[in-house]
Amino acid sequence: MQTEQPSTKQRQGVSPWMMGGAFLLLAGFLVFIWLGLQRAQAGPAVVGQPAPDFELTTFDGQTLRSEELRGKVIVLNFWASWCDPCAEEAAFLEQAWQRYVRREDVIFVGVAYVDSETEAKRYLAQHQVSYPNGPDLRTVISQAYRIRGVPETYVIDKNGRLTYIKIGPFVSVQEIVQVVDAALQ
Amino acid sequence: MKKLLWVVLIVWGVLLGQAEMVAAQEPTPSDDEVNAVARQLYCPVCENVPLDVCPTEACKDWREQIREKLAAGWSEEEIKAYFAAQYGDRTLAQPPRRGFNWLAYLIPLALMLLGAGVVGRILWTAQRSQSAAALPVVEEERLAEIEAALRRQGE
Amino acid sequence: MLPEVGYGALLVAFLVAVYGILSSLMAVWRNSATWLRSALSAMRLTWPLITASLACLLILLVQGDFQVSYVYNTTSRSMPLYLKLTALWGGQAGSLLFWGWLMAGFASLAALRNWERDRELLPWVIVVTLTTLAFFVGMVLFSADSNPFVRFWQNRSGQPLAPAMFRSADMLPLVPWDGRGLSPLLRHPGMIMHPPMLYLGFVSFVIPYAFAMAALITGRNDVRWIRITRRWTLVAWLFLSLGLVLGMRWAYDVLGWGGYWGWDPVEVAALNPWLSGTAFLHSVMLQEKRGLFKRWNVFLIAITYGLVIYGTFLTRSGVFSSVHAFAQSDLGPAFFVFIAVMAIASLGLIFYRWEALRSEGQLTALFSRETVFLLNNFVFMSILAVCFWGINYPLLSELVTGQKVTMGPPFYESTVGPLLALLFLLMGIAPLTAWGRSTWKMLRRSVWRPALLAFLLVVALFLGGVRQPGALLGFGLAALVGFVTVYEYGRAAWMRHRTQGESALLALWQLAVRNRRRYGGYLIHLGVVLMSLGVIGIEFFQSETQGLLRPGESLEVAGYRLTYRSLAQFDVPDGRNVTRAVVGVEKNGRFLGEVYPRRDYYYEAQQPMTIPGLRSTMEDDVYVILVSWQPITEDGATFKVYHNPLVNWLWVGALVFLVGSLVAIWPESGNVVKSA
Repeated sequence: MQTEQPSTKQRQGVSPWMMGGAFLLLAGFLVFIWLGLQRAQAGPAVVGQPAPDFELTTFDGQTLRSEELRGKVIVLNFWASWCDPCAEEAAFLEQAWQRYVRREDVIFVGVAYVDSETEAKRYLAQHQVSYPNGPDLRTVISQAYRIRGVPETYVIDKNGRLTYIKIGPFVSVQEIVQVVDAALQ
Repeated sequence: MKKLLWVVLIVWGVLLGQAEMVAAQEPTPSDDEVNAVARQLYCPVCENVPLDVCPTEACKDWREQIREKLAAGWSEEEIKAYFAAQYGDRTLAQPPRRGFNWLAYLIPLALMLLGAGVVGRILWTAQRSQSAAALPVVEEERLAEIEAALRRQGE
Repeated sequence: MLPEVGYGALLVAFLVAVYGILSSLMAVWRNSATWLRSALSAMRLTWPLITASLACLLILLVQGDFQVSYVYNTTSRSMPLYLKLTALWGGQAGSLLFWGWLMAGFASLAALRNWERDRELLPWVIVVTLTTLAFFVGMVLFSADSNPFVRFWQNRSGQPLAPAMFRSADMLPLVPWDGRGLSPLLRHPGMIMHPPMLYLGFVSFVIPYAFAMAALITGRNDVRWIRITRRWTLVAWLFLSLGLVLGMRWAYDVLGWGGYWGWDPVEVAALNPWLSGTAFLHSVMLQEKRGLFKRWNVFLIAITYGLVIYGTFLTRSGVFSSVHAFAQSDLGPAFFVFIAVMAIASLGLIFYRWEALRSEGQLTALFSRETVFLLNNFVFMSILAVCFWGINYPLLSELVTGQKVTMGPPFYESTVGPLLALLFLLMGIAPLTAWGRSTWKMLRRSVWRPALLAFLLVVALFLGGVRQPGALLGFGLAALVGFVTVYEYGRAAWMRHRTQGESALLALWQLAVRNRRRYGGYLIHLGVVLMSLGVIGIEFFQSETQGLLRPGESLEVAGYRLTYRSLAQFDVPDGRNVTRAVVGVEKNGRFLGEVYPRRDYYYEAQQPMTIPGLRSTMEDDVYVILVSWQPITEDGATFKVYHNPLVNWLWVGALVFLVGSLVAIWPESGNVVKSA
């Protein structure tokens, strides 16, 4: 009732091309999910490692690049106007900044995480924040630092290494001063 | 309540600002107009929640932002582009068609073409064998076939 | 005491499973019936053991033993009993144990069947099933954060210690006074049935997979193993379908966004095995009837099971994560190894038996039932390609470009929509084509009546004011499938009535009983047609509006008038604060009733839930939400109203679908023995 194709009858087994291709595809897929898993399981940036580079355009239109800030201790704070704990630590951050404002080797940088410009500026005015702040455009910086939420603060030493990570809000000025002084040494 | 007041103030401010330029007063965009845009966007911080139905406080601010932009005369596309530029591509309902993202659209298409190729090849061989052993088909056969099939399946 | 017993029982179950694998291998190696009997007993024993472990966890949950970390994290004193029971699958650890329990149930069930004629398959079925089971049970046992029996401890000075399974000398129990309670999202009656059904669907695919692998290993190549596999696949597929539909219903009732399917990656991951499983259930008929596509069928079985495991991996290992994902889990690497071993072994075996799996023949005609099924498989696999890529591309994008992207409804709908239309067309003509060879003339003769009816319906809809081309096409195709199916059934019954002199009703009944698979399949198709009405209703005719109302004011949508009457705010004993509005529904000036949209605020979880007020008829649903992101006060509240036409047909269709599946699964009476 059915006719066998003579051409297929001659072939024995599976062609090496097909087998190789199939296994190669599978291997590629496995590598892909392995990398995906690594990424999912990796925590945020690691203390002691070089901190990810960033470029931030502040609300005043000034551009800050992490390479140009080498030689300074950077306190990188992620916040949002819709985040209540951020508002709690805002005063501490500003007070701490006032202690270093005259020093050339410390800079505070605020990054507004998924915030609207109006709300963010209002927040800055309300808390009288005087150090540079800017929006995290396309959430590039927060993705590079793999932040888990806001507020989070990353302290980077003069050589561009991450020396301290704070998840959640600072609870006092002393706490901030301590980590900045530690980074300065 | 304070938030709402603030929004009202903003909108009012926008309206005042525009009143000098345009004679006709722009109506405040309604909730429905805001939602029409918001439903095409995703909450930047939640996992896969469209902006029009996202219940968080932050989403409320973003919706108000859409309202401001609409009041300022922005088009839907401009607002979407603004959100993507501000909060990343994940706020768009699908990846923008450029650069690496073309893969998102081309791979399924390629897979489908591959599948179509395989199906086509099977059908092509089938057709060749059909012309080699063409059988006449009479319509009465159809009835016999159904009954035979029924019997076969009844087993 | 109970945690130790539960853990111990699980440990024994794990050892028994490992023993079963080893003795099964011994049975093959020594060709010994004794070893095989022993392995079979081991497989039967796993379920009672895991049941004991599960019972311990259930007792802990119901008693509210908050020293146990899982109990603390998923229950609280104020929760009613049924929620304490459903907390079993309310967290990672418990649901993993539950998953293992269901899988062991299927393994034991498979072990109880009559193996007389499939002796050679048995050892390998045992090896594959128990390996999977041992893997899942092992994860519960040996992973730090997936063990539901871990408890809280403190040292002598009252310092809390890290949670641990066993107590050492200087540890004292630390018992919190109350637990954190179940996530509000899971506190819905729908959650009682949805996860178990979905899990049942997932785990039961292990049995057809085990049979397929056993057949590959032994080289058994007759029609029998594919029959067994098909029946088990049908069972698994039924549970999976049910799980998906219940999930849709739950989303519709609880998530408060007016729809039932949002193309969320987790949803799509659950849909993927359903797609390949459905493709298999169709293409397997070609193998049974004509000996065609054996390689493809084995591949489909393997890929279906692979997709089940992969989907589980994605949702449980934290790969689907965001800045808001707290659930870091250590299951990932173990899962990865399991997936890799499974995929390589399956692929290797298929290639190993490549020649034995050659089709016994080939398609004999360009136009035949076979061709229609082939195209059906093409469409299902195309949809799968889109869906599979849709959940994977965001991961790839994040890896390569560092940017997260969203694959939302527009991505899926633009491709899946046309493919579904093609699928319905195939579904319409399939019953009218003949096996082996069909002709266009034959098709024309039988299709013109249903097609004409469908066309008239489309014209009527057009005249009635439906103008969207997509909706008209959708209705037309659905009508075509429906009419063809009914027509085919009727025609066959009429023939029986004429030739065998049975009464019309008896003929209908006899047909269905005599050929359960075919008429069960027809019923499933009718169910799909009815469900498609709901989908078309939402996709093309949904409308919505939103507004701030003061009492007495109203919103209007699609001819309905919704009037805000009053609002009440009160505490409920189970730890909720309920804000409940009363909204009157009117149509054309006629009062139809009230709906009660509400917002439940859960004190423990500090999380609000928006529960819609729903007025549901076969014609349409009015779905009212008390919008939680605007201030809600007695003198003003924001409401969002959806008008969802025809959506009830989705649930009605699902019932028909269920009945059809049951008809198809039910064993044929009497002549089972004769068939092989």
